[in-house]
Amino acid sequence: MAEMAEPAAEIPVKPVDATGSAAGDDGVRRRDFLNIAAVSAAGVGGIAVLYPLISQMAPSADVLAESTTEVDTSAIEPGQAIKAVFRKQPLFVRRLTPAEVQEAQAVPLGSLRDPATLEDMTKPGHLDMLVTMGVCTHLGCVPLGAGEGENRGEFGGYFCPCHGSHYDTAARIRKGPAPTNLVVPEYEFTTDTTIVVG
Amino acid sequence: MSFPWAKQYQPANGFTKWIDEKLPLPRLVYNAVGAGYPVPRNLNYMWNFGVLAGFCLMMQIVTGVVLAMHYAANAQVAFASVEHIMRDVNWGWLMRYAHANGASFFFVVIYLHIFRGLFYSSYKAPREMIWILGVVIFLLMMATAFMGYVLPWGQMSFWGAKVITGLFSAIPLVGEPIQVWLLGGYAPDNAALNRFYSLHFLLPFVIAGTVILHIWALHIPGSSNPTGVEVKSESDTVPFHPYYTVKDGFGLGIFLLVFFTFVFFLPNFLGHPDNYIPANPLSTPAHIVPEWYFWPFYAILRAFTTDFIISAKLWGVIAMFASILIWFLLPWLDRSPVRSGHYRPLFRKFFWFGFMPALLVLFICGGAPAEQPYIMLSQLATAYYFLHFLVILPIVSAMETPEELPYSITQAVLHSDKKPVLGENTSPAV
Amino acid sequence: MVRLISIFVGIGFAFVAMVAFVIGVYGWATEPTEKTAEYTFHLYPRDFQFSFEGPFGRWDQVELQRGYKVYKEVCAACHGLEFVAFRNLADLGYSEAQIKAEAANWQVPGIDPVTGEATTRPGTPTDYFPSPYPNDVAARAANNNAIPPDLSLITKARPNGTDYTASLLTGYTDPNTFQIDGKLLRQEFPDFTVPEGLHFNPYFHSLNIAMAPPLTSTGQVTYDDGTEATIRQMSHDVAAFLTWAAEPKMIERKQTGWAALGFVLFATVLAYLAKQQIWAPVKPKNRKTKPNAS
Repeated sequence: MAEMAEPAAEIPVKPVDATGSAAGDDGVRRRDFLNIAAVSAAGVGGIAVLYPLISQMAPSADVLAESTTEVDTSAIEPGQAIKAVFRKQPLFVRRLTPAEVQEAQAVPLGSLRDPATLEDMTKPGHLDMLVTMGVCTHLGCVPLGAGEGENRGEFGGYFCPCHGSHYDTAARIRKGPAPTNLVVPEYEFTTDTTIVVG
Repeated sequence: MSFPWAKQYQPANGFTKWIDEKLPLPRLVYNAVGAGYPVPRNLNYMWNFGVLAGFCLMMQIVTGVVLAMHYAANAQVAFASVEHIMRDVNWGWLMRYAHANGASFFFVVIYLHIFRGLFYSSYKAPREMIWILGVVIFLLMMATAFMGYVLPWGQMSFWGAKVITGLFSAIPLVGEPIQVWLLGGYAPDNAALNRFYSLHFLLPFVIAGTVILHIWALHIPGSSNPTGVEVKSESDTVPFHPYYTVKDGFGLGIFLLVFFTFVFFLPNFLGHPDNYIPANPLSTPAHIVPEWYFWPFYAILRAFTTDFIISAKLWGVIAMFASILIWFLLPWLDRSPVRSGHYRPLFRKFFWFGFMPALLVLFICGGAPAEQPYIMLSQLATAYYFLHFLVILPIVSAMETPEELPYSITQAVLHSDKKPVLGENTSPAV
Repeated sequence: MVRLISIFVGIGFAFVAMVAFVIGVYGWATEPTEKTAEYTFHLYPRDFQFSFEGPFGRWDQVELQRGYKVYKEVCAACHGLEFVAFRNLADLGYSEAQIKAEAANWQVPGIDPVTGEATTRPGTPTDYFPSPYPNDVAARAANNNAIPPDLSLITKARPNGTDYTASLLTGYTDPNTFQIDGKLLRQEFPDFTVPEGLHFNPYFHSLNIAMAPPLTSTGQVTYDDGTEATIRQMSHDVAAFLTWAAEPKMIERKQTGWAALGFVLFATVLAYLAKQQIWAPVKPKNRKTKPNAS
């Protein structure tokens, strides 16, 4: 067996021990050392085996491989949003109306749980293009508000029905249990109407 | 259940005492594989394979559960999911190669374990139940291994599933419906793959349960030993721990050296290249063979090539199953008063010069293509195989004169036993 | 009683096996099977030398890159590589940017984002090598009824697969002059023919392979590193590349193996010493020889 339960602390009765007792202290110590070393080696081996057994559950190479998502924003009307998919998670792309932009900019930073300006949440020159992950930062539900006619919450942005988190028009958390704003993924505009996420 | 001189479990402190009162699991382990199990002092290395088989079972269960986390039992994606394990899953290649070679090494260990039982007649009274349970474990292992081999859904997987379920079609009248029922269709497909996966996951735990019964039954008479003489006194035994734990630990090390050589340097040596070709129901590989551990039985299956009262196909199937089922009867076929082959001159000759060569021939022929001279060799070996167990063993055991047995295990080891009780040591001890 | 029945059963099985034996031997002796051309003139793969062979083997990245080029420019016209992704080319020593550019050279199946119709798009590193045919029927139709196998696992799916691949690619020859040990195929088997659309190759199990010789002239592929692209060189390189494609973890596996074996050897020696120590008091040999020797 791989694990020898204990390092033979007690030396069992030797039924045939006629001339034995001369071993003395030296022999006993060497025996203990060998047993401890052997059992330790077995233990180290057992722990080494745990490493692949545990790490096999971590994301595999194909999951870790960076994948990108391309979104065409030309068809999104102001006030509309679309849902795309980025790394198997929903991605919200929303064109804000001028009123929503103003509303977002009017909020004093100090009153926010996770302070960020609309400029922080968008790219320069595309203040009206709000790109966020559609994953509530509380426990990971998909908030409402990206689909046509969905409840956008008390602040006109997104509303997560699971535990009642309200996000404003800059996707910042305003009310409810979520700790932070919706996550803005890494993305860039490759043309004026095309963004590449990831 | 144990010898009167067996050491008793003593809880070391308050906590272990409390555990011992509520759930005496440490006591159970102590009595099963600890200092509380007195074992004959003269066991040789052939007695290592029981513990090694237990290790193999645990290793197969652990790596198997890991593989099940990544494998997909669907004919569309099964093959690709195995490649996903091999290429993308962290250490997936190690898990799969360890599991695939682990199956082979499990059989190596089991065959040596069975060989030990056959040569030293470990199946004899009072250990018949241990032997019977062992044969049950072996049958379960074969079923598990077969179903596991189907899962990668390569060419050998597919055609193995087809051919082995085809064995049942040899049964008159109900054979074909049984095959269709087993496969859940007319050829292996999703239905078969899914049920094989389910059973392949279940059966190892059934094996583990049977192993517990096997060990339980072992602890009633205690382990056999190379002389076949029963334990008489305390001087015949040593406690399992530390004597046999350390010896088994050393044996495990040797086993792992060989096993790792295969896993890391020859991982596909025992496999078949055709199983890296995805299953194709329209084309059978030129030379289909089962995994090496089934070769002797496959050779027996193919040895019956002539219709005789019943069809050749049915003869082959019956003989193949019979070749293992007759093992159940061994304790009653072999009536020799002596266990160990060391003291049975005639038995020994038939064992080494009849049975072992026949087995070797069956191994070689089972893996060879179905053509002469392999077929005629396997026919000779098959005839001998059945004669050995069913005719030679009963007759030889009844007529041979055993050689002189040692009076006791202690005497066998030390050439003297300081406590001779019966005075004479000529009569066989059994 | 058990034994009486068993003796009858045993004799029964043995008797039937022997009946089959006698009939089989009689048949074998009276009508000896004729050796076929496939049996007599099939060649086992030649031994090519590769850097990744043996327990200490390593990939030769330059060689793999050359092999990749041969695959891309010659094999890929008919053979897919479905289990290999462009991102895996990092193993060949390509940088992330090179892989991105390389992937974009390949057209992979995609969906038109507006209409949803099936279309193609440039590949990205996460895509897998595309199959040259949309399905098996198309593959069959384009290749004289023989499907070109996917090459992802070809070196593992053939016995001695790496050498086999290289041997096969260099093995095309003229059946009229082919001989082994002075025995001419034409003389031994005058009826032997190469069917229309097949090509003679003694390394293929049936001697006639559907694949036309893919590598036909030196310089068919222009190597970036200036190596002369002889047929043998190209065959060698592509066999190396396909071996990597079949088992990209091979070198990692062997190196892990040395660590594992080293540790187990150490632990086994310790276990052996511990065993000797523990068993010393009850071992008879030590006891016996000591008093006798003194």
